Amino acid sequence: MAYSDKVIDHYSNPRNVGTLDKSKQDVGTGLVGAPECGDVMRLQIEVDAETNIIKDAKFKTFGCGSAIASSSLATEWLKGKTIEEAMSIDNMDIVEELALPPVKIHCSVLAEDAIKAAINDYRVKNGMEPLVEKDRIH
Amino acid sequence: MVNLPIYLDNNATTRMDERVLDAMLPYFRDNFGNAASRNHPFGWKAEEAVDYAREQIAALIGASEKEIIFTSGATESNNLALKGVAEMYISKGNHIVTLVTEHKAILDTCKHLEKQGFKVTYLPVGVDGLVDLALVEEAITNETVLVSVMYANNEIGVIQPIKEIAALAHAKGALFHTDATQAVGKIPVDVIESGIDLLSFTGHKMYGPKGVGALYVRRKNPRVKVTSQMDGGGHERGMRSGTLNVPGIVGFGKACELCKQEMAEETKRLSALRDKLESSLLELEESYVNGNTAHRLPHVSNISFKYVEGEGLIMGVKDIAVSSGSACTSASLEPSYVLKGLGLSDDLAHSSLRFGLGRFTTEEEVDFAIKTVKKAVLQLREMSPLWEMFKEGIDLDTVQWAAH
Repeated sequence: MAYSDKVIDHYSNPRNVGTLDKSKQDVGTGLVGAPECGDVMRLQIEVDAETNIIKDAKFKTFGCGSAIASSSLATEWLKGKTIEEAMSIDNMDIVEELALPPVKIHCSVLAEDAIKAAINDYRVKNGMEPLVEKDRIH
Repeated sequence: MVNLPIYLDNNATTRMDERVLDAMLPYFRDNFGNAASRNHPFGWKAEEAVDYAREQIAALIGASEKEIIFTSGATESNNLALKGVAEMYISKGNHIVTLVTEHKAILDTCKHLEKQGFKVTYLPVGVDGLVDLALVEEAITNETVLVSVMYANNEIGVIQPIKEIAALAHAKGALFHTDATQAVGKIPVDVIESGIDLLSFTGHKMYGPKGVGALYVRRKNPRVKVTSQMDGGGHERGMRSGTLNVPGIVGFGKACELCKQEMAEETKRLSALRDKLESSLLELEESYVNGNTAHRLPHVSNISFKYVEGEGLIMGVKDIAVSSGSACTSASLEPSYVLKGLGLSDDLAHSSLRFGLGRFTTEEEVDFAIKTVKKAVLQLREMSPLWEMFKEGIDLDTVQWAAH
């Protein structure tokens, strides 16, 4: 399969690979996917409690080039956004930006799920209501 | 300097040897005759060339030239062997024994026969890819007409105990067929010595052209016959009709001759290169060879790299052409059924690479491959949450995954 230049760029030079201290109060961690499905994404955000702005974002992904690129792009987009703005990131935005083919759309869905899971983790940690999960058909 | 990408997928197909091409060219040009034309020199020349190729091909497997039936390739040979024997010997019984790790050309043909009422036993293999002879013996009944076991596996290169299996088949009066597509031309194969009744092979796996293969059909002790699967002019002793692919057959013949001449030396060279590749890659933590290493083709190595995803790995090693144990289609991943047959978990099957060295593989290329694969595996592990968890001592089997 031919990958887009943007996917190749993110795969070859992934942004924000790494680990934040998940025990910290201001860090939210989302771990989605499963090894037997061939994709596991871990996305972490560090949030400024005053401004609600995501100061830092890190990822680690086990998966194909599109999954790596989707999570790498997600961390780029998350940094500097407020939690509310981050909530509005849609998987189709990722599909469009990376020119993912139809068979790779699930990678973008996983990235969106990882964002939501990380935000949820942060919210619950800080005494907020968890987000209501949108039903998805995977 | 090496030219990129490097071809290390010689189990899929091989580059045609220039000497083979040179042998073929006249039969595209002046000597274009139909080998079945008996009335003029065009036909005689073509027939002579086919006869010569038949001898070259038969010599490689210890057969007589009359026992070679030309086909379009190993898939057709396998179809002809299984369906042809099943139909020809239907009065004797309706049972076939084969392995779960066979090529699809065998497995799908068996499924076809099952739909027609034949019974097929698919024997499992051990973790090393070898079949247990006791299971073979147990599976063969008086109803068994054919035992079909591949000579060497296309994904892991493991060589089955062919002679012993053939003897077990004969003891119960069944015929023995082997899909020797990966073995012929690479290791010594002798149909008499091993007691093989039918054997499938093809030109393009041994530096010959695509689109030409053969089925060896024994003529003596016992005399074996297969029911033809195509109706027509009754070529190839009535077992396979169709005008012979003369240039292809000439090339196939030359390819066999070269393999026979160069096998001993080539085996030494390739196994040394393969061993270098393998031992270097096994220096990576959590990497494992798939399949038995004592009974294996000299040019093949199949290695799993744990905590690395197969498709991502293939992308990381795009400068070398190799096959992955993971066939990623749409949202679902299908790990190799051969590796699953060895009992590998899905993740290990997904993260495997098959290296197939060949006649044109150089040491520089192998060195480059080692460097490329090591770099990709280390980079992907650096990016892998699973690798991090493994390093922290977390048992991944106990993690509650958000099923997707």
